[in-house]
This record gives sequence, structure tokens and C-alpha cells, in this order.
Amino acid sequence: MSLGAITLLILGLGVVAWLAARARAAAFAAPDRPRPHSLPGQHGWYVALWTAVPALIFLAIWRQVSGNLIYASVMASPEAAALPAFDMQRQAILSEAYALATGRAETAFNPQAGILAPVYESAIGFYNWIGLAVALLVAFAGGAWAYSRVSPQFRARTRVERIIMMGLLVASLIAILTTLGIVLSLLFESLRFFSMVSPVEFLFGLNWSPQMAIRADQAGSSGAFGAIPLFWGTIFIGAIIAMIVAIPLGLMSAIYLTQYASSRLRAWMKPLLEILAGVPTVVYGYFAALTVAPAVRDLGLSIGIPASTESALAAGLVMGIMIIPFVSSMADDSIAAVPQAMRDGSLAMGATTSETIRKVLVPAALPGVVGGVLLAVSRAIGETMIVVMAAGLAANLTANPFDSVTTVTTQIVQLLTGDQEFDSPKTLAAFALGLVLFMVTLALNIVALRVVKKYREAYD
Amino acid sequence: MADMIQSPIQAADAAASSPKMTARGVSVFYGEKKAVDDVSIDIHREHVTAFIGPSGCGKSTFLRTLNRMNDTIGSARVEGRIELDSEDIYASSMDVVQLRARVGMVFQKPNPFPKSIFENVAYGPRIHGLAAGKAELDVIVERSLRRAGLWDEVKDRLAESGTALSGGQQQRLCIARAIAVDPEVILMDEPASALDPIATARIEELIHELRGNYAIVIVTHNMQQAARVSQRTAFFHLGVLVEYGETSAIFTNPRETRTKDYITGRYG
Repeated sequence: MSLGAITLLILGLGVVAWLAARARAAAFAAPDRPRPHSLPGQHGWYVALWTAVPALIFLAIWRQVSGNLIYASVMASPEAAALPAFDMQRQAILSEAYALATGRAETAFNPQAGILAPVYESAIGFYNWIGLAVALLVAFAGGAWAYSRVSPQFRARTRVERIIMMGLLVASLIAILTTLGIVLSLLFESLRFFSMVSPVEFLFGLNWSPQMAIRADQAGSSGAFGAIPLFWGTIFIGAIIAMIVAIPLGLMSAIYLTQYASSRLRAWMKPLLEILAGVPTVVYGYFAALTVAPAVRDLGLSIGIPASTESALAAGLVMGIMIIPFVSSMADDSIAAVPQAMRDGSLAMGATTSETIRKVLVPAALPGVVGGVLLAVSRAIGETMIVVMAAGLAANLTANPFDSVTTVTTQIVQLLTGDQEFDSPKTLAAFALGLVLFMVTLALNIVALRVVKKYREAYD
Repeated sequence: MADMIQSPIQAADAAASSPKMTARGVSVFYGEKKAVDDVSIDIHREHVTAFIGPSGCGKSTFLRTLNRMNDTIGSARVEGRIELDSEDIYASSMDVVQLRARVGMVFQKPNPFPKSIFENVAYGPRIHGLAAGKAELDVIVERSLRRAGLWDEVKDRLAESGTALSGGQQQRLCIARAIAVDPEVILMDEPASALDPIATARIEELIHELRGNYAIVIVTHNMQQAARVSQRTAFFHLGVLVEYGETSAIFTNPRETRTKDYITGRYG
């Protein structure tokens, strides 16, 4: 019996337990007796959860443990003594035998695998039977204990509520722990990188050329890891050019939508604007690389500025367009949160709508707008697809928007595409870059959320 | 005096030769719902006119028609004719910006802008270009704050935020802001209902002092307040103007039983 079938069996037992406990609890209700504390269904859930959850947790653990136990018992068998000593060969035979034993392969390439397959099969069968027996024992024990507690006074309602709360807590912990895991893995790989390249060179060096000679006799540079050109390129595209596009357009569209547009126009314009946010970034990438970039190059050349096809301006413009709905919806929320009394006060003074917006609404909404812009910047500098396709790879330190620059995210993609060597500084540099990016966006998000929160408090 | 009790309009006409504002047959609709029904009333110069009545009787709605603040509510529609110095304020030739500079408004909840005290008062003069330079603006701000009885309390901290003042001070700041553009009429929508009794007394004193220069219309739930500050009182009920006349007459000898019931606290 496979683990999947055992899981189904346990769930079936849970259903049976639910029905049994509900039936038992339903018998408590009688007109002449005091009303039971919990509804029959709640007793049902209590017993069902106690039947299924501990047994399923055991199965989850058993699944991890039994693999090792099976392997150990196969290795201990006399048939395994004939296996070759070389590890790679041995692993190949074992995995073939495993495939045969579980029915994933019909015939064995290696005759030794054919001999080992029955051993494997019996070991798997044996440990699955143990798993089944223990799981059933746990299920019955949990179920019987819970069932014995079912009585009119028993507070199944409260208990079930607590179990649900714990389930929700676990769900939220998973997200937090995953983030923590990501940070730790970034941190450890970065530390390995910084043991090879000094942090000062990385953070302040002006020269980026990460190609390393893999063999001693190979021609090639020894690699330079000064990330300043990358940081500059990221800021130039994401925080300067994109924001020059996104802030005015986003703010103005928010002002139009909240203050001028009729509710009918708003009803279809706002969702349309939000569709922009739903376009996959790779599509923006095509648009930037195939449509905007050549146009920008031609413009640059026509006004006599040296221009390359992959330019900071093209990537920044398209990224700015992508960010518009983000800025616009944050600005929209902030302007809508300014009390109507403020607007009325200004209009009653004889101010026009645009005077009211410029002198009262926007200043009052400014902290919220600033918070939104910071969040938008943190999104823009973490954005990858557009810059990979349109910004280029040359690590230029230039202020010419028609020139090609590269960004942190583009370089991470470059460093990690293709064959990797995970002990070379070239590959590890990607983690250090990722760490810097993560730190910066984290800081931006924290500041932005604080600003927004403080602003919300001012009017609540 | 005996003649004046005959009809509200006659009573008003008899009181002054040329009213500052006149309303004739004014109805206000919110969508399909009629909030104000066929109201005719005269507002007099150098008078305080009080609008009283139970909640939802249309008195605030009617007040907001006098400077077209109802325009800001999409579903609101006004019928009838309202004149300011014999000019139709709903005519297409009337600029609502000009109108609101002439007919100022103070709201129920103090609503200073999140700017400095100085900037709050200077807001209107700046918008309407009333001051040629900083010196003139200073004069206007000081004069307005003095008239609003706030100058001595704030003269040393004009750069502080208007929202940092106490509720009563905020409301006087809003009054200073309203009078800074030198309006002819000031509309007050329950100006003291969010304030404590001491702050309320200051506002009432202020209304009393301001009467010499402006026509003031005040909406209030507080009948003692109406009796204290106003010369004329209008009683609204269910969107209808029930009775309008001298405050002393309304409170001591109401013509309508509905007015009498409301004033004596029978309902409302």
C-alpha cells in the first residue's frame, strides 16, 4: 500500500469520525435537557481533526524518514554486497532498481538492477506497512480519545476554533520563515563572495568586469567587481528616468480620476489603467526593445548625441509607463483620504477646483504620495525583464540617457545564466548583488510604509 | 409688530427696504428626493438670521444653496430663484468663484487647512489677488485675526500649523479665513456644535460683533443659541419653511403650532 493510499485512508477515517461524533452529539439534544454547549457538527469537526491531523503529520515525517530506512536496509542486504565500489556507478544501479521496484521502468539496463529490484520492492513494502500500521494506530488513538470527550458539556466549539487559529498561524509563519530562509541563503553566499572580494572594492569600485579565467592557462581577465556602475545604472533607469515619467503622469491621472472625471468615466478608466499593471513585464520588455529603443536611438542620433540601441532612456521610459498605475493608485488613495471638509473649505473660499487641488489637496496628500513613490521606486529597481531586454550589458558609468547602461538585476541574470561554478566569485557576485538589492528595497519599503502610516494617522 | 406676524414674506419685507439676499420658491432635490420645498426668504444686512429645525429638515441644504456649495454634490439640483443684491446667483453670467468670495462659509466641523495659521488666513486673499505684496497681506491677516478675536492668542506663532490649535481656536481661525476675503454675507453651518460651552460662548460673542459688518446666516440646533445671537429666526420642518420672523416674536409668540411645539421641546 503506497503512502498516497494511506493518506486517502486516513482522510476516510476522518470522515467516519466526523459522522460518528456528530451522531453521538446529536443524541444529546433533547427538549427536557439543558442545551449542549456545542453544535453536533462542531463535535464532528473536533473528533475528525484529532483523527486525521496527527496521523497525517506522522505520515509527512515518515515519508522523509522511510526513504533513508529503505536505502539502509537495501544496502545491508546480501545482494547489495556485489555492487561496484565507485559511488556514481552504484547510485545509477540503485536508482534504476528503485525505478523498477516502483513500476516506473519496465526493464533494467544494468543486470544488477534487476537483482536488486525485488529487494527494493520488499523493503518499500515492509516500511509502508509499518507506516500504515503506525498511522492507523495514531488515527485510532487520537480519534478514540477525542470521541471519549464528546459530552453535552464539552466545549468542542472553542477547541475547533483554537485548532483553526493554529492552522492560520502556521500558514502565516510559512511565509515569514520562507523570507527568512531566502535572506539567510543570500547572506551566506554573499559572505563567501566577500571572503574572495573585499566589500570595499565591491561597494565602491568603479570597474565591473566579472569574467574570470576558469583554468589557470586560460586567457582572460582576472575579474573586477566594482559595482558602482551597476548601482548607478539601476538608479538612473529605475529611480530617475522611470520616475520622471511615472510621477507626473501617475499623479495627474489620479487627480483627473478623483477630481474631474464623472463617475461613469472613472468606472471604465480606472480598471483600464489598472490593466497596465497586469501586463506581464516581458511584454513591456518586447515593447522597450523592439519599438521604443530604436525610436530613442534615432532621436538621439538626429540631435547629435551618441546613442546606442540599448539605452537607459528606452528602458527607463517603458519602466515608467509600467509604474504609472502603481503611482496613480497610491496617489488616488491619498487624495481620496483627504477629508471632504478640506475640499469644501477651499471651494467655499471661492477657490477653483484646480486651485483647491494644487494648494490644498496635493499638499495634504503629499506624504501618502511620497510613500507611494518610494514603493514604486523599490519596484522599479527590482524590475528585471525590461532592463534585461532593453538596457544592455555594458557597465558604463554615464549620465547620457542615450547610452547603454546595465543594472543590478540584469547582471544577476547574466551571472546566473548558463553553466555555473558555485565557488567562483563570478557566480557568487550575483548573491552579493541580490543582497544589496534586497536591503535597498527592504529599506525603501519600510520607510514608505512608515510615511504612509503616519499620514493615515493624521486624518483618522 | 402685529402686522409682521401675518406672513413670513410680508414680515421680512417690512423689516428692511432692500434685503441683501432673497430666495423665491427655492426647492432642492437630491436625485428624486426633495430636500427643500418651495422656500422664500429674505436675508438682511447687518442682521443675524438663524435657521432652526429638527435634523434633516433641510436647513443646512438650503444654507448651502446660498453660495452654491450644493454644486459640489453631483446629484443635487436647485429650482427657484436666489438673488444677491438683486443679481440671480444661479444665472449663467454669475461666476461661482466671485459668488463664494462674496458669500463666505464656516462649517460645522472646524476645517483649517494643514498649513500654518498665517497661510490659512492668507489663502483667500492670495487666491483672489487681494494683496499687492507681503506687507499688505500681513495687514489683511492681522485684521482678519483681530476681527475673529484670535490675534492675541496666535500672534506669536503664526507659522505654526493651524491644525495644532484647539477646536474653538480652529473654528475662529476658519472665521478669520472666511472674513479675510471681505465677504458681504457669512454662512455658518452649526459653527459651535462641535465645541465646548466656553468656546461656544466665544463664537457667539464673535457673531455678535461681526453683525455690524456682514449679513450673517447661522444654522443651529441650539434654540438658546438662536435666541441669543439672532435678530430673525426661520423655522424649517420637513423641507418646508414653517415660520420666519423676528426672533423675539418666534420665541415668545409663535404663530404656528408646529413652531411652538418645537420651541417648547415637544418634538425634534
